[in-house]
Amino acid sequence: MKMMKKTLLAASVAAVASSAALANVSDDKVKIGVLADMGGTYADICGQGCVTATQMAVEDFGGTVLGKPIEVISADDQLKPDVGSAIVRKWIENEQVDAVGGMVSSAVTGAATKVTTDAKKIALISTSASNAFTTKACSPYNVHWTYNVVALANGTVKPMVEAGKKKWFFITADYAFGHALEGVATKVINENGGEVVGAARAPLGTTDFSSYILQAQSSGADVVALANAGNDTVNSLKAASEFGLTQMMDVAGLLVFTPNAQAMDPNVAGGMRTTTGFYWDLDDQTREWSKRFMERHGSIPAMGHAGAYSMTMHYLKAVEAAGTDDSDAVIKKMKEMKPDDFFSRNATLRADGRMVHDMYYVEIKKPDERRDDNDIFKVVSTIPGDQAYAPMLPECNFK
Amino acid sequence: MATFLGINLFGLFGQLLVGLINGSFYALLSLGLAIIFGLLKIINFAQGAMYMLGAFAAYLALQYMGINYWASLVLVPLAVGLVGVLMERFLIRPIANEDHLYSLLLTFGFALMLQGVFTHMYGSSGLSYSIPEALRGGTKLPFMYLPDYRAWIICASVVVCGLTWWMIEKTKLGAYLRAGTENPQLMQAFGINVPLIVTLTFGFGVGLAGLAGVLAAPIYSVSPDMGSNLLIVVFAIVVIGGMGSIGGAILTGLGMGVIEGLTKYFYPEASNTVIFLVMVIVLLLKPAGLFGKEA
Repeated sequence: MKMMKKTLLAASVAAVASSAALANVSDDKVKIGVLADMGGTYADICGQGCVTATQMAVEDFGGTVLGKPIEVISADDQLKPDVGSAIVRKWIENEQVDAVGGMVSSAVTGAATKVTTDAKKIALISTSASNAFTTKACSPYNVHWTYNVVALANGTVKPMVEAGKKKWFFITADYAFGHALEGVATKVINENGGEVVGAARAPLGTTDFSSYILQAQSSGADVVALANAGNDTVNSLKAASEFGLTQMMDVAGLLVFTPNAQAMDPNVAGGMRTTTGFYWDLDDQTREWSKRFMERHGSIPAMGHAGAYSMTMHYLKAVEAAGTDDSDAVIKKMKEMKPDDFFSRNATLRADGRMVHDMYYVEIKKPDERRDDNDIFKVVSTIPGDQAYAPMLPECNFK
Repeated sequence: MATFLGINLFGLFGQLLVGLINGSFYALLSLGLAIIFGLLKIINFAQGAMYMLGAFAAYLALQYMGINYWASLVLVPLAVGLVGVLMERFLIRPIANEDHLYSLLLTFGFALMLQGVFTHMYGSSGLSYSIPEALRGGTKLPFMYLPDYRAWIICASVVVCGLTWWMIEKTKLGAYLRAGTENPQLMQAFGINVPLIVTLTFGFGVGLAGLAGVLAAPIYSVSPDMGSNLLIVVFAIVVIGGMGSIGGAILTGLGMGVIEGLTKYFYPEASNTVIFLVMVIVLLLKPAGLFGKEA
């Protein structure tokens, strides 16, 4: 009888243990923290929009995973690396956050992913541009979704060099992202027989670009490449047109998000080509999702918004497939499963955390080509993922 | 190309001219600040937000009321000035007798709120405002292409700054103004409505920021943070020029634009710090500022 009791006890303990293993969700909740720029220069690119997109993914997933609720929290990184990393540390240590999403400024993401990696939490990077997160700062827990500087350079620079535009001048945002973009683009130019004749580094948030435009004008370049983003791109293009540079040389906007393209004078920006990871008006699938996003957010989605939705969905599917929110198990599943939705076309999530998918070489529409304010890009060509992104580095192969 | 000691002279002249254009903006903005501080002893941290408000007002006026650029040049500074008048009357006057720090904090908070409201309503990416038809061309100078609009900015700024300086320093109205803020009780006794003068002066200083905003709208992205980017630089300029010196603010504004332009040519990375470097040096050698009257 005593023996029987013991066996029963052991069996029930085992049963409890195994049921816990079946749905092993830490603290009975899957919690995603969205780190974004709520009020700064990148707020339209990945601010509240990234939070909304993440929430949409959670709702479309059903609000629960493995029978446990999914919660989304968010915070403003103020574009400051120290603020961003402090928030992420607090989220992980005190608020049981399982994965960190959003992420815009590469400088902030660099600091935040150090914290997530140390804590073995998954970093879902939607809008940052630097390729460091899957190369020199790669980590088994980094997932970089929408695009990166390599894809931008391959997408925009390569076709122009091949078309005979050999001499390049850079106007570069003077911080991590700009340097990375200029470096990668320079490599593409040199490899394809072009040369860089000069560069001007402008501090982030420069209002007046005229002196950089003058330098570009006297450089004798064929193309002036804008290795910057947000308002910097808008302001530098404005100055380029005003000082007559656009009549002398081509201007290539290496990173133009849709809200910034909307802020540009179509007479000036029309005809300029750039590369993007997503455009809302590609086909019925993208239009359907974008319409829903627009209803909630009030403007068309930028590529990072769509990326934030897509990567959150993929993460949640992986949590379900893994039967746990344990980072190691989930990241393994994420890399096994094939991302496939309105955003991820011909996509794979590589072992280094780079999501490789089709990119789009687009042209900004001229005024007479536009139906309305939201009609900004036309697709020139689709760039297959393996041509857009660099091959995986052996030291970043986290199988 | 002409060179001297290995320096491309054409490039250098270009940068000097561009620096002068930027200096015109600095001069307009620092003039407004200098008037408000020099005469009223109010540190107005909302000046950058008022500049932003001016640019937005020009955009909205064109978009929703069909008011063109030229009309905006007159109407917007008046409207922004009116905001300044209301702000002085209802926000600043109640704390006029407190320490300067109070008005600084109040205006700073007001600026943040205004910026937040515009970010919420119009987003952070900025709006586009076209250069008026008449100023779209440019002139080919031997060393650079000078857009007509930039030439117009220099002229407009010099005229407005000159007139303001003349009005405050040389006219009877200006004399009342200076006396009224120097010794309010005495002027009150002479039958001069000092509070009204204070309110109007504040409104005028703020209106100048609004004017700078309209001038900036066609060439810079009209965005909520356009003012906060500029404000700190403009404060540094006022400090260099000497707090409260009207002429000092104008000359320093133009001069700093040129120095910044030169830095952009020789060492662009330092271009957003050079003004602060000058500020430190000036404060060490001449704490009252280059044209300041008191220490």
